[in-house]
Amino acid sequence: MSSQFPPDGPAPEPDSAIAASHITRNARYGIVLFLIYLAFYAGFVGLNAFAPERMKAPVPWLGGVNFAIAFGMGLIILALILAAIYLLLCRGSVEAPGEGEE
Amino acid sequence: MHTDPLAVFVFLIFVGSVLGISFFLGRKAKDARGYFAAHGEIPWFVNGIAFAGDYLSAASFLGICGMIAFYGYDGFLYSIGFLAGWVVALFVIAEPLKRLGRFTFADALDNRFNSRGIKLSAAISTLLVSLFYLIPQMVGAGALVKPLLGFPHEIGVLLVGAIVTVIVVTAGMVSTTYVQFIKGSLLVIFCTILTIMILQKGLFAQPAPPTATLPAGVPAGAAPITAVPPAAKPATPPPNYFALTQPDGAVQIWREHAGKLEVLRTMTTAADGSMHFAGFPDGTDPKTFAPTSRIARLPGGVAQTGPLGPVSYLATVQNSTIQSWSAEKFKTPVGAVTAYIPRLIAGTDLLVPGGSPTFKGIRSPKFTDKLDFISLMLALFGGTASLPHILIRYYTVKDQAAARKSTVAGIAAIAFFYVLTLYLGLGAMSSGSLDVTVPANSNMAAPLLAKSFNRVLFAIISAIAFTTVLGTVSGLIMAASGAVAHDIMTNFLKIEMSDHQKVNAGKLVAVVVGCIAMLLGIAFKELNASFLVGWAFNVAASANLPALIMLLFWKKTTKQGITAAITIGLLSSLTWLLLTKEAYQYVYKLPPTHAIAPFSQPGILTIPLGFIVLVVVSLLTRPKREEAPGGFEVIESGEKGSRGPAR
Repeated sequence: MSSQFPPDGPAPEPDSAIAASHITRNARYGIVLFLIYLAFYAGFVGLNAFAPERMKAPVPWLGGVNFAIAFGMGLIILALILAAIYLLLCRGSVEAPGEGEE
Repeated sequence: MHTDPLAVFVFLIFVGSVLGISFFLGRKAKDARGYFAAHGEIPWFVNGIAFAGDYLSAASFLGICGMIAFYGYDGFLYSIGFLAGWVVALFVIAEPLKRLGRFTFADALDNRFNSRGIKLSAAISTLLVSLFYLIPQMVGAGALVKPLLGFPHEIGVLLVGAIVTVIVVTAGMVSTTYVQFIKGSLLVIFCTILTIMILQKGLFAQPAPPTATLPAGVPAGAAPITAVPPAAKPATPPPNYFALTQPDGAVQIWREHAGKLEVLRTMTTAADGSMHFAGFPDGTDPKTFAPTSRIARLPGGVAQTGPLGPVSYLATVQNSTIQSWSAEKFKTPVGAVTAYIPRLIAGTDLLVPGGSPTFKGIRSPKFTDKLDFISLMLALFGGTASLPHILIRYYTVKDQAAARKSTVAGIAAIAFFYVLTLYLGLGAMSSGSLDVTVPANSNMAAPLLAKSFNRVLFAIISAIAFTTVLGTVSGLIMAASGAVAHDIMTNFLKIEMSDHQKVNAGKLVAVVVGCIAMLLGIAFKELNASFLVGWAFNVAASANLPALIMLLFWKKTTKQGITAAITIGLLSSLTWLLLTKEAYQYVYKLPPTHAIAPFSQPGILTIPLGFIVLVVVSLLTRPKREEAPGGFEVIESGEKGSRGPAR
């Protein structure tokens, strides 16, 4: 099957311990950030399902918008923040050769 | 229906330039890697915005805005769930998938096994999920073209089908990517402009025009209605309703309410299909019949607020009273009547979950009623990273770093857009531009909102909505094309094809899938777009998520386990959907109370089922020796997999 590959196939990464540990590290960061988000998302779904009345309460320090909107917007912003953190963490690690350029 | 020449002009410019760009860029894609993966040379930022263009389908743009405009907060729940799915895609799936695959996600799943079972099941799953997802897109296209160009639904569907097939056949993934990039950029830019205009305009109080009233008691010439309510509701005809025949022959429906007799805004469909609004023939006197949603009272009783900030806009809507309408359907001797009963809703009740028919189970004390909501939110969370047309986009960039960066760019664009949906939806609701009597208007909230500002904006937003459909549909057809030509024909059936033949096979499949999509779009035109997308997420998550996750994180996963999980996940979720009350009602035209499935969203059962099947089958089919090929740990030894699916 490998003979079918055109010469411009995906660039192979180096067979080095550095590259391997680098990928492991990215994956670990990913799992931790994923679990953080999952906790907030599960909390949001749980509150909506089992305490929908609580979502009505206005949040005074947010101009009085209710908790449902504040939490929902918060989840969207949290996703952005975690994505940015992930990008920074992965950038901080040694970029293996051929691993994109900034 | 008259068409606006300006709208047609703007529409032609948009579609023409999108096609032109696709032809121009498509010259390059000649070999299989060009056709299926755009040579892996798409810059990460372009790919990121193309993610947004691929993902923000007609359901997102039209469906969510419409749902917010009609029911308030519940539409925003879709926005939150759709975005949350990207967290899974970025943190868990993106980099390994890029490392393991070549053209399709079946490549990635099959990377360490070389199993025909995996290839076939993953390809069938791709094909079915893509077709499922295609239906709402095509239905949305038909709904859009109708008010914009004046064509009937069928022509709209055929138009989209034809244009998209041309785009895909021209240059496969290259042209698809750029169409999605252009569409994603336009969508975010113009929705931002529209939102700024909403905030600048602020909110206006527009109390409903007074309804004609009579003193209580049965007026002369009025007859009680022999009402026949729809099958779903208990058979109790409203006793306080009367039909009153006017001197000119028009039949008005009145109801006795609060000590007075008031005329109802009604839409009557006679047996011959002719329609009357409030007793007048269609189109003769629209002014007397305008049940549009609007703000009835602003906080403090002011007439208008002036420009508002993003937070104060939401807070003001929350503290206002909204004029809305609930529909009541019954049959009378003059035809099927839909009566629109005025209803005042407090903003505080509107901006909390549970207001729409889809999510009303949230407010029920019964646990099983809440399961629908939890199940859908789970399916949206896990479904994004399981959608084949999203996953193939990881093969159009150079490497894992580019995959990671493009996902973050995609998340930024998508997150920003979903924040805007709340303003667009509430803007449409409060503008008085949304006529609730037209069911298709639930999909037209954003264009109608634009129309309330000016014609040019309406034309632009409608054209963007149309390109939205084009972008997503081309992605779906690409995914289906890759599944058949690459996974089934080349890898499963082992048909010997030259690179050129493979591209032609892919193009042929694209044409066939395009034709199937057109047929489905015409056959299912009555179904609600965002609901169907929710179902597609259920199927995708049930079939693909267990296989993807366990392959990456569990060493003992076997090829039989993956094949079984995909097959069972696909079959169980599809079977469940075919047994729901919605399928009974809209697909088989049977009474929904006969439906077997206790709730509509299967994800909460079928996603765990896929995981269980995978674990059980993998343990049963465990290789005898401990360091058999199954011991390959993807995360720990990425460099091994990075050679692509070569063995």
